[in-house]
Amino acid sequence: MAWRDSRKNRSRLVLFISSIILGIAALVAIYSLGDNLRENIDSQAATLIGADLAIYSGKKIEGKALDLVDSLGKVRSEERSFASMVYFLKNGGNRLAQVKALSGDFPYYGKLETIPVTAEQTFRSRKEALVDQTLMLQYRAQVGDSIKIGEVTFAIAGILEKAPGATGIMSSVAPTVYIPMRFLDQTGLMQKGSRVGYRYYFKYPAKTDIEALVKTLEPKFEKYDLDYNTVQEQKEDTGQSFRDLTRFLALVGFVALLLGCIGVASAVHIYVREKLNSIAILRCLGVKATDAFLIYLIQIAGIGLIGSILGTALGAAIQQFLPLVIKDLLPFELTTTLSLPALGQGLAIGVLISILFALPPLVSIRKVSPLNVLRSSSDASHPERDPLSWGLYALIVLFIFGFSFLQMQTWVQALVFTVSILASFLVLFGIASLLMWLVRKFFPTSWSYLWRQGLANLYRPNNQTTILIVSVGLGTSLVCTLFFVQTILLTRVKMSSSGNQPNIVLFDIQSNQKDGVLAIAKAQQVPVNQSVPIVNMRLEEMNGKTAADFEGDTTAEQSRRIFGREYRVTFRDSVTSSEKITKGKWLGKYDKTSPLIPISIEQGFAERSRIEIGDTMVFNVQGTLMSTKIASFREVNWGEVRTNFLVVFPTGVLEDAPQFHAMLTHVPNPETSARFQQALVRQYPNISIIDLALILRVLDDIFNKIGFVIRFMAGFSILTGLIVLIASVMISKYQRIQESVLLRTLGASRKQIFVITSLEYFFLGSLAAFTGILIAVIGSWSLAKFNFESEFNPELGPIVLIFLFVSLLTVIIGLLNSRGILSRPPLEVLRQDV
Amino acid sequence: MNTILDLHEVSKIYKSGDRTLTVLDHIDFSVEAGSTVAIVGPSGSGKTTLLGLCAGLDRSTSGTVELHGTRLNGLNEDQLAAVRNQYVGFIFQNFQLLPTLTALENVMVPMELRGEKNIKPRALDLLDKVGLAERGHHYPTQLSGGEQQRVSLARAFSNRPQILFADEPTGNLDAETSEKVVRLLFELNQEAGTTLVVVTHDLELAAKTQRIIRIKGGKIV
Repeated sequence: MAWRDSRKNRSRLVLFISSIILGIAALVAIYSLGDNLRENIDSQAATLIGADLAIYSGKKIEGKALDLVDSLGKVRSEERSFASMVYFLKNGGNRLAQVKALSGDFPYYGKLETIPVTAEQTFRSRKEALVDQTLMLQYRAQVGDSIKIGEVTFAIAGILEKAPGATGIMSSVAPTVYIPMRFLDQTGLMQKGSRVGYRYYFKYPAKTDIEALVKTLEPKFEKYDLDYNTVQEQKEDTGQSFRDLTRFLALVGFVALLLGCIGVASAVHIYVREKLNSIAILRCLGVKATDAFLIYLIQIAGIGLIGSILGTALGAAIQQFLPLVIKDLLPFELTTTLSLPALGQGLAIGVLISILFALPPLVSIRKVSPLNVLRSSSDASHPERDPLSWGLYALIVLFIFGFSFLQMQTWVQALVFTVSILASFLVLFGIASLLMWLVRKFFPTSWSYLWRQGLANLYRPNNQTTILIVSVGLGTSLVCTLFFVQTILLTRVKMSSSGNQPNIVLFDIQSNQKDGVLAIAKAQQVPVNQSVPIVNMRLEEMNGKTAADFEGDTTAEQSRRIFGREYRVTFRDSVTSSEKITKGKWLGKYDKTSPLIPISIEQGFAERSRIEIGDTMVFNVQGTLMSTKIASFREVNWGEVRTNFLVVFPTGVLEDAPQFHAMLTHVPNPETSARFQQALVRQYPNISIIDLALILRVLDDIFNKIGFVIRFMAGFSILTGLIVLIASVMISKYQRIQESVLLRTLGASRKQIFVITSLEYFFLGSLAAFTGILIAVIGSWSLAKFNFESEFNPELGPIVLIFLFVSLLTVIIGLLNSRGILSRPPLEVLRQDV
Repeated sequence: MNTILDLHEVSKIYKSGDRTLTVLDHIDFSVEAGSTVAIVGPSGSGKTTLLGLCAGLDRSTSGTVELHGTRLNGLNEDQLAAVRNQYVGFIFQNFQLLPTLTALENVMVPMELRGEKNIKPRALDLLDKVGLAERGHHYPTQLSGGEQQRVSLARAFSNRPQILFADEPTGNLDAETSEKVVRLLFELNQEAGTTLVVVTHDLELAAKTQRIIRIKGGKIV
């Protein structure tokens, strides 16, 4: 019976079940991706770290710590990494890069992928370097060209395409250059105060239990402040971060699926309304209420299964392309295989969710009275709302919660997600309803008839205006928010580089180089806005406790982390314009009356580290201990281009300490910038230059890479919105045909019908676009205000473009699906059956 | 008196594969302006098809249809629509009101399609005549069947048609409401001097017209 009954409307049923196809496809693709990632990480974990064990430290490993490292194994490599300017001799280009000086045969697993392939070996024994492909492209350098790092000129042995554990994103932020270790000292870059990372890589014979080895050594590593990493740890860390990624993507896919489900529920609602007569006839013929309900439940379940199978198949196909989408985020090669559990999950969720969302409108079937057959008026056939439907809504919420719990594994996060999803839908629904209400309330009676008819069509009986505004609006708002956030961040950096704000920062200027740098700046007519002394120090004690005392003390207020880092500290007698004292008192001069030096701490750092006014800290400045007391907290505007500091000392203490300087300058144009940078790097190769224009480019690049992944996922929501749109147009086609034919009969021309239909879709599209953009603006404004603490001035141009694009796309889809309407002969109005 | 509708040798034949179905077979008749005519006949006799051809809603297979001096055969859809809008009013069995518009707006539609201005007073006047002046802001779903048909009557007269075609105007109404609607139809028709062509099963209604055309098997009998 279910099969026979669906005959006439089967294609329509398939159409609205198609709204879940994309959601299922997204989930299957992402689940498969997750499984593939897990398999790949397991099989390639060793190549992520390149060795069995890595030991690293932020300070030079010497003395007993070095003895410990020496005792760890014979097959080892050493790496020292630091930021330095790389100068391309051929065209004078220079850029801050991550230089890694290497000795030994690292990597032991995987390899440095280079062009030519042999470069990976040859550079080690010659005065040659491997240069990241981003840098090579940027400076149009070729293998054989020369680069200068510090005082040494290296020939480029090859283009570095991939190194163990490195991702595409990382290479845009800090492109890497490998040089042989034995030339490191000659570069002259290993001076006191230089920030260097020290790493040792070890390889052990197969079957060595690295985890057990590390476990016994752990107390010693702690003692000498050494960090370590093993294949197993790397596997867990990488696995964890990609589990987070795939969970996030799965939730985005789930949103698309929910959107489709609401489309299904709305379509089933209309389907049931149209079927009320058939149901009443069946009831008259003696079919029980529950049997009538089952007939339609079986139909929906069957079609849901078809939708899920199609979605699963599509998901399996999409999965083949996902590695291309996220390749820049991956530190390893991803091979794709079909994952049966993922396919099974997709099928199960598809069937379950289509039944679940179809149930609330379906249960009303049980209330259809056989008496309906006797009533001819269509409005008499509204079935009353079944109290059971409230239970079903609760079940749906429970399902969403259950699904998100499975993804996130914590109750709180799942609850937050569920509440956010419900709130988002309610807000969208609320705004859409409000807009509709406003339009209806203030209906523009003075508009011409065609415009009014187009607008009035949004309220036709069984309309799906709200669901369309919600689905198309949600897609629009996702894309818009992404765009706005990107703009906010880029504008922030652009603002910083505009006007007379400093746009170049010079770091690591030694005291004896200061005058020389100023002279170069003067010669190039580059004004130096700020010159700041910087002293490197480490924290020895906090409130009388050392790092060792903090070890194992779970009651300690502060985190042990405050000890591990190197503090770059300045001293001055006043606060800068980007700072504000929020607590305590600023003391700019140390008069030696108190044994404790009054210092100022950045407020955010103080809060994170649970530091209070009056706490004492002992710093080690190149062997000299300095006892300090926290006198004030400063709020720092990090958005401004200045040298900002976590810790500021008063004057009268550090003047004679080993220090280097940072300077801020403003260069008016790229040519001056290039000239100035070249002159500096040539004379003082140890000085690091941060060019804001370059940061802008890097940011843009990162956004493009991450944005692509998010846009790809948002695409599912948008496409689902469009499918819901197409399905809704098809479902309401019967009514449209009737209306159009009637208007034709009353004398409307083709053009008039065309205009009315186009306007209806334009109103629909524009309301959806407006809702979406409005939500995106509100969301982005909140993000800008509360998260980025930045101004949000969205540009009107792109907003108008997005608005027009969504509106026109809706009109085009609407018109394409309404083609038949225009060509219907008017005689049909006389016939009962169209 | 002038002839407003003239049919000459009109046939309508539907072809489906090899089979042909002759719905109307060489129909000849004319209607004088201002007269009232009923077309009666059993179900499937071709009444509605004939009405459609007379009103320019469909094209004949052969023969000519002339409405208000315009030969309909050679006109395209838009030209036919213009003729309907200019000279023709319609009343349907199932009312055919636009569900998205109020009663008043439904009455205004034909005038709006013609681009007329200041039409609200006339629409209100017509609603008043059919006794629905107070219901102008109601939507069709908020009106009873009889009320919907009265709105449809007001709409049919709104563009001052020369000829009014009514297809089973009482087919969906109870006896009492039918009587009210028929009375209104004839009153308005007389007042406006419109030609009325009614297709109906209802012999009582047919008897109220000046002339009855009986049709059976696609032929006038």
